[in-house]
Amino acid sequence: MKCRKCGQKAAINMRHHKLALCGEHYQEWFVEQTARTIRRYKMFRRDERVLVAVSGGKDSLGLWDVLLRLGYQADGLYIDLGIATRFDYSGQSFEKVEQFVETLWPDAQLHVLDVNALYGATIPEAARISNRGRGKPCSVCGLVKRHEMNRIAHEMGYDVLATGHNLDDEVAVLFSNVLHWQTGYLARQAPVLPASHPGLARKVKPFCRFYERETAAYALLRGIDYIYEECPHAVGSKTIAYKELLAQLEAQSPGAKLQFYLSFLRAKEEGLFAAVQEREEGRLHACERCGQPTSAPGLCAFCRLWDRVAEVKRPPVPTTPL
Amino acid sequence: MVKITLRDQEWEVEAGITVREAIEKVGLTPEMVLPVRDGKLITEDTRLEEGDEIKLVAVISGGSP
Repeated sequence: MKCRKCGQKAAINMRHHKLALCGEHYQEWFVEQTARTIRRYKMFRRDERVLVAVSGGKDSLGLWDVLLRLGYQADGLYIDLGIATRFDYSGQSFEKVEQFVETLWPDAQLHVLDVNALYGATIPEAARISNRGRGKPCSVCGLVKRHEMNRIAHEMGYDVLATGHNLDDEVAVLFSNVLHWQTGYLARQAPVLPASHPGLARKVKPFCRFYERETAAYALLRGIDYIYEECPHAVGSKTIAYKELLAQLEAQSPGAKLQFYLSFLRAKEEGLFAAVQEREEGRLHACERCGQPTSAPGLCAFCRLWDRVAEVKRPPVPTTPL
Repeated sequence: MVKITLRDQEWEVEAGITVREAIEKVGLTPEMVLPVRDGKLITEDTRLEEGDEIKLVAVISGGSP
């Protein structure tokens, strides 16, 4: 198969686009498509400061790289979650982020937040103590990452927070939410989540139209060394099961995933879930302590989580001998 | 024969078939992997030659970035 642009041997064929490209033209195409997605969904302007959440994986490092190549003011944020089950996942992930900066963008600015140092427990430990997530730390992980990304973006004056979610991530979530008719979640799923409340950063997903295969191909061709190992807690997750199922559908019908996602976005633009969205936003109010939006009365789930951790980890008060 | 690897798994398939056919033959979904030969990405219509070693790179991840 030959590259459509130069006729050289192709490195990748995208069946859903009927497009095969060589390594060089694929990278060019990938960067252009990202720029187009940013413009199409009005994600951010040239003069805005972007905070990119980086995990050491192919998507987030690829996104940071592309934004820097496009000339945006993009800084990175790495959150050390303290995951070291089976192997030092967090340590190895951070090494990849550091290596990315050293080898490709030595002038890029990286912020690092260590959850354990800041709050007194790693994510798996906090999950165990709080008993959230039925034995898996994934929900605590998501909660902490969302809160901290918001907080850092807000406190450090960033206009927008960018994450590396790709089309497969979006479609897997969409599929799950449709399967369970989670209308509240469906109403909130979009390439751009506006800063609808004080303390909430605008969130954007510039890779939302790329298949995961495409983001992986970009990382390989660009020479980005990313963490290849799966998070030990994600093994056997529902997201992976849905992605496998959807990959089979895609194999039978190229373009099915993209069509599913884009049709959903069109339906939303036409007003589907508008009433739900309004109702959901009306339920939110500021957390009494941190100020971030929450639907729970009083404190938000993040503040309650760390209160519980502090309660359990607090050293016992010495008793006075009789 | 042609050697196919994916993480710690390994298979052997006959030469002469395409990469896509080889991936399907070992029970994988082509949409979930990227084939690499001699450190370079190759397309799925590439016909495998005797002695080829194909490394498959898994592209699916489960956590949120």
